[in-house]
Amino acid sequence: MPDAGQIDGRSLIRRRAGLRLWLSAGWLTLLAAAALLAPWIAPKDPLAQDLFLGRLPPFWMAGAEPGYWLGTDSLGRDVLSRIIHGARVALMVALIAGSITCLVGATLGLLAGFLRGWVDMVISRLIDIWMAFPPVLFSILLIAVLGPGLTSIIIAIVVIDWTRFARVVRAEAMAQGAMDYVASARVAGRGRIGTMIREILPNVLPTIVVLLTLEMGIAVIVEAILSFVNLSISTDDPTWGGMIAEGRTSIHQAWWVLVFPLITLFLTVLSFSQLGEGLKDRFDPVLR
Amino acid sequence: MSFLSIRNLSVRLKKGPPLLRRVSLDVQAGEVRGLVGESGAGKSMIGKAVLGILPPSVEITGGEILLDGTDLLRLPPKDRRRRIGASCALIPQDPLTALNPSHRIGPQITDRLVDILGWPRSAAEARARDLLAEVQIPEPDRVLRAYPHELSGGMRQRILIASAFAAEPKLIVADEPTTALDVTVQKQILKLIAGMQARHGTALLFVTHDLGVVSKVCQNLSVLYSGMVVEDSAVTDFFAAPRHPYSRALLAATPKYTDPAAGLTPVPDEVIAAVRAEVAAFDAGGIA
Repeated sequence: MPDAGQIDGRSLIRRRAGLRLWLSAGWLTLLAAAALLAPWIAPKDPLAQDLFLGRLPPFWMAGAEPGYWLGTDSLGRDVLSRIIHGARVALMVALIAGSITCLVGATLGLLAGFLRGWVDMVISRLIDIWMAFPPVLFSILLIAVLGPGLTSIIIAIVVIDWTRFARVVRAEAMAQGAMDYVASARVAGRGRIGTMIREILPNVLPTIVVLLTLEMGIAVIVEAILSFVNLSISTDDPTWGGMIAEGRTSIHQAWWVLVFPLITLFLTVLSFSQLGEGLKDRFDPVLR
Repeated sequence: MSFLSIRNLSVRLKKGPPLLRRVSLDVQAGEVRGLVGESGAGKSMIGKAVLGILPPSVEITGGEILLDGTDLLRLPPKDRRRRIGASCALIPQDPLTALNPSHRIGPQITDRLVDILGWPRSAAEARARDLLAEVQIPEPDRVLRAYPHELSGGMRQRILIASAFAAEPKLIVADEPTTALDVTVQKQILKLIAGMQARHGTALLFVTHDLGVVSKVCQNLSVLYSGMVVEDSAVTDFFAAPRHPYSRALLAATPKYTDPAAGLTPVPDEVIAAVRAEVAAFDAGGIA
C-alpha cells in the first residue's frame, strides 16, 4: 500500500477511537432498546415453563425448536427472552448505581483534592479505612443486613465503590490545583467553590467520564455476582447472574444456558469501558 | 503614600523554617519595582503573599501588607479577595499552565469581568478584543475562539498580559513572566509589558532572577537573600554602585554576552558566608 505512510497519526488515532466508540455505543444502544421494549420484543414469556421443551438447543443445532432461538433451560424457559428481560435489571443497576457512585465519589474526591487541609485529611482517612474492607464480603454482608432487592444492590455498590472515584479524582484535582490558571482565578476574586467548579471540574471531567463508564460495567458484574450467589432481586425475575448460576448445574447437558448470558455480560462490560475511552478521545479538548 | 506597602512581613513553612524574614518594601502608584534573588530567596513568595495565593503549606507569622492604606491581613477573607480582585492582577510564570485547557480564550478573559466585576458581557467582549489588538495578536476574533493548546507559548503569554490588564488593575505582580519563553520571544514580551505598563500607568512588582531584565524595565529594586531584603535601591544607583557585598557579587556574576571568553563568575564563597551570617544573626535576634 503506497498510501499507508501518508496517513498522519492524528487521523489514525481519531478513526480508531471512532470505531471503538461506535461499536460500544451500538451494542449498548441495542441493549437499552431491548431492555425498554422487552415485553414487546421478547419472543416468549421469560417465566413460562414447559417441561416438555426443556434443554432445547439453539437454532443451528439438531433438535432445535423454531421460535426458541437460543434454546431453553432445564425448565423449558426461553434463553433469549430471559437475556432480554435480564438486561432491564443489568442496565438499571449500571445507570443508577454507576451515577450515584460517581456523584458521591467524585464530589468527595474533588473537595479533598482542591480544598486540602482538614477536609482532605478526613476524606483520605475515610478512603484508607474503606479500602481495607474486602469488597465481596462487605457487599454480601450489606445485602444480608439490607435484605435482597434492587435498592439494596444499588446501595451496596455505592457504598463499596465510591472510593474508586474519590481516590483518582482527588489526585487529579490536586494536580490541577497547582496550575497557574487556578492562582489567576483566585487573584481575580473567584471563591474556592467557584474556582473548583469552573476551573478544576472541566479538567477532571474526562477522567470522571472514563471512571463512570468503567463503574457502570463493574456495577453490571457486581449485580451478576450477587445474583449468582442468590443475593440479588427475587429469583423469579430473570437476571444474567441468576441464569449463569442456573446454567452452571447443567453445563454438560445444555451449555447454552450458561454461555449466552455470559457472552452478553462480557460484551456489555467491555462496551462500557470502551465507551468511556472512546468518549475521552473524542471530547477531551487537549487530545482532540 | 505608596500604593503597596509591605511592612516586616514574615512567612514560614508551617512548623518549619522561615521563608521571608521581616520583608519591607514599597511600590508607588505607577512604579515598576524589581524583586531579584536566587532560586528560593523568596521573591515569588512576596508576590503570592500580596495576591493572597500562598500555598497551604506556608503561613504568615507577622507583618502588614498595606494595599492603598488598608492592611490586607486584617481583612476577613471575603473582603480581602474582593479588594485584591478589584485592584490587582497576576502575570504568571508559565504560560503553558496559566490558561485553563478546557475553556476557550475569550471566556477566560471576559468571564472574570462579567462574573466578578459585573461588566455587561458585550462590554467585556469588546474590551477583550481591544486588549488582544493592543498586545499585537493578529486576528483577535479567531484567537478568542481558540483553545489554549492551539496557540504558541509567546501567544499565550501575550494573552495573559492582556488578561492581566483587562480590569485596569492598579498593581500587577509579574512572576518571572519571561522565564519559560524563548530568548527571542522574551525580548518582545518584555517590551510589551513595559509598554503596557507605561500606557496604563499600572504599578508593577516584577519578580525575576535576571538583572538584565531589571535594568530594562524597573525603576527600583529589592535584592533578596534567604527571605531577607539585603538591598533596596533605585536601579540607576544599583547598577552604578551596589551597596551590599552580595548585590555586588550578584552583579559581577551576570554573564556578559559582549565578552564570552570571560566565562562565568560565581558569587564568591566568602560573600555567601557573610550574607548567611547576616541571616543567622537576624534569626538569633529576630525571633525574640
